[in-house]
Amino acid sequence: MLAYGFMRNALLAVLVITPLFGLLGTMIVSRKMAFFSDALGHSALTGIAVGVVMGCTDTDLSMLLFAVAFALLLNYISGRRESAADTVISVFSSCSVAVGLAVLSKGGNFSRYSSLLVGDILSITGREIGFLAVIFVLTVLFYAFCFNGLHAAGIHRTLAANRHIPVRLLENLFAVFVAVIVTLSIKWVGILIINALLILPAAAGQNLAENMREYHFFAVLFSVFSGVTGLFVSYYTNVAAGPTIVIFAGILYFATYFYAKKANG
Amino acid sequence: MKKMIRPCGLHCIKVNHLGVRFGEQVILEDINLHIHCGSINAIIGKNGAGKSTLIRAMLNDIPHTGKIEFKDHENGRLRKLKIGYVPQSINIEKNTPVSVYDLIAGYQCRFPVFLAKSRKVEEKIRQALDVFEAGEFMDRQVCNLSGGQLQRVLLAMAIMDEPNLLLLDEPVSGVDQNGMELFYRTMQYLKENFDLAIILISHDLDYVAKYADKVILLDKTILKEGSAKEVYESAPFGELFGVGELPGYVSKRR
Repeated sequence: MLAYGFMRNALLAVLVITPLFGLLGTMIVSRKMAFFSDALGHSALTGIAVGVVMGCTDTDLSMLLFAVAFALLLNYISGRRESAADTVISVFSSCSVAVGLAVLSKGGNFSRYSSLLVGDILSITGREIGFLAVIFVLTVLFYAFCFNGLHAAGIHRTLAANRHIPVRLLENLFAVFVAVIVTLSIKWVGILIINALLILPAAAGQNLAENMREYHFFAVLFSVFSGVTGLFVSYYTNVAAGPTIVIFAGILYFATYFYAKKANG
Repeated sequence: MKKMIRPCGLHCIKVNHLGVRFGEQVILEDINLHIHCGSINAIIGKNGAGKSTLIRAMLNDIPHTGKIEFKDHENGRLRKLKIGYVPQSINIEKNTPVSVYDLIAGYQCRFPVFLAKSRKVEEKIRQALDVFEAGEFMDRQVCNLSGGQLQRVLLAMAIMDEPNLLLLDEPVSGVDQNGMELFYRTMQYLKENFDLAIILISHDLDYVAKYADKVILLDKTILKEGSAKEVYESAPFGELFGVGELPGYVSKRR
């Protein structure tokens, strides 16, 4: 199967995207941002709609800008703690999805965009993989410098601020990273399942790990494993790659869950 | 890790005209405090009196008016005040893979905890944990510690930076009578062996009477401060808590 150029590209893309998702997922899970990243995925539709309305030729750019703005807005509003963060996120997310759907479905044209819902990793080009690789390197750099601060702020904001950790700045930076990565990979992974790919490997890792090192090791391992296996299986069974990958990640989650339950008595 | 030095009694922390308001609502006003190193200062008051707000304002976590100064008693020079803070609880759910090392190293060093353990940091953390007989918790998951054990870990973390002032809440949930006694004895130990001042929020008037050097009765502003006896016998205390509630320890001494 690797004789086909598109399969080689897809495999390369999986090898870049999955470890990235594994790494980000752990932080999203520990910071309880699962709903946040889900809302960001959905905002991609609105971003495209905004681009269409403004007459942009490149809707990728409008999607990216909208997601970053949306992420910062969500962060700002949930930071004010006037109501529960999940309610706020839900309100903004559903409104933005509604606007996006309304605009894109005008004139019965929505089918043009429906491929976004499931994604198509087989259509990725070499240039786009290069782009993802750059993001991957940036994320690793960001983690190298800011991981501890983010981790500390997630555990206790006041305590982190007392240690001169720039809590706000780090939280906003992280939100922007998640926004950029989610929008850039949404075409290949699909709106409906992108969040599963972020959350499942980290959740499975949590089942087994006792400290941060094991946690990240397992999350990245599970993510890459389900990515590669899912891609191969999807090729032979002729099923869309995204969902197959998520199914494998799901199997890993339940397997580790029951294993941990048994091991802990 | 701080060398154990007896408190010199020569430093003091002054809070001048501290006030906090949320919009129109006045939470705290005109708080003036004078705290000496080597003393335990207990803040008491009813629910909603602004005890936690005072702590958060001193930590600079919320906007406030007024100033906090840290002075050398001898020459009156101003110094930079380092505050150690022990929160009542932290945001760690069940089944979270964060070990005690991860928890403390996250605050104490830059090297990302998910990559590898740093020997040097681990040694530093162990020394701090040992002060509170918590060295064995190093690799335990934080979510599996009991309330008292977590408190000791958080105390160790607070002491690592050699603070001049320690701010904390007395543990309320998940700590039994023995645990409370242990907590206050630890405070006593800190006061006697480290060069720092302690301000704690307390809900237990008996322990306050037994251990605190200074009691601060708070309700929006300071109603009365002084020794436990002075405060417990004062009129504002009677109005707030009712005379009948005087703790045994104090009434016996009268």
